Amino acid sequence: MVLGKGASSSLSMKMADGAEDMVNNNNFTVLVVDDDPLIRKLHDMHLKNFGLRAQVVENGKKAVDLCHVGANFNLILMDREMPVMNGAEATKELRAMGVNSLIVGVTSCGSPNEKQAFMEAGLDYCFEKPLTPDKITFLLQELNKNN
Amino acid sequence: MDIANQLQRQFMDYSTSLHREGFVDDQFTQLQKLQDENSPDFVVEVASLFFEDCEKLINNMARALEQQQGVDFKQVDASVHQLKGSSSSIGAMRVKNVCIAFRSFCEAQNREGCLRCLQQVTHEYSLLKNKLQTLFRLEKQILAAGGSIPIVE
Repeated sequence: MVLGKGASSSLSMKMADGAEDMVNNNNFTVLVVDDDPLIRKLHDMHLKNFGLRAQVVENGKKAVDLCHVGANFNLILMDREMPVMNGAEATKELRAMGVNSLIVGVTSCGSPNEKQAFMEAGLDYCFEKPLTPDKITFLLQELNKNN
Repeated sequence: MDIANQLQRQFMDYSTSLHREGFVDDQFTQLQKLQDENSPDFVVEVASLFFEDCEKLINNMARALEQQQGVDFKQVDASVHQLKGSSSSIGAMRVKNVCIAFRSFCEAQNREGCLRCLQQVTHEYSLLKNKLQTLFRLEKQILAAGGSIPIVE
């Protein structure tokens, strides 16, 4: 599951205390990593629409820290360009830590080279922004396959 | 109920024209669909975030392009890239399209071209802001008249 009660509160936690009571169709946990509050808000809303609760953080380092203290996510949506630690670095670190969540890059696409480099950091998929219901449906199918 | 119907009509016509004139695309419709009773201000909030983003990024670009000692095109490009991301996520099609052209000029290190795009993007952002504010005003009026907001595909 996610973090225990004693965890740092510097993260923007979207999980309510009574999370167990929440009707969650899929029981999948999602982490949204993006430095743009607009995108974080959008992705969170999209996911909510599918009955998914997302945690949101604003850079790669926060994502790595979260996983480091034991948080576990089925799906991580990773932006590419972020301050402190970007998406590619964060993905590499997460894979090195042994995280085998579905990690999906969501980027305002750069060149094919940049996309390739991002994929090589350890992504399962890389999508161009914006996230759409179709893409989420696809990812849910993938998650269902693996579980 | 008659007033509400009239306003709904107006709203639908206005919405359709926004799509037709390319101010917004299907992504914006998706946003409107995401809004529900639990988050009745979702679209307005997202739009506000977007306009804040625009202002900040446009300022960054302007400052970077003003540098007399030599423009850091990478810096300009970084801001344009971000604006392209936000605008495509919210469905601001015309803004996004200017960003696409803008990036080519950054790559070519063409200051004149960049300045022209900056002007264009500022213009498109103002236009869109006005249009959306009108749309939101219409929504408020519909709700005040007891009607519900139609979803225009």
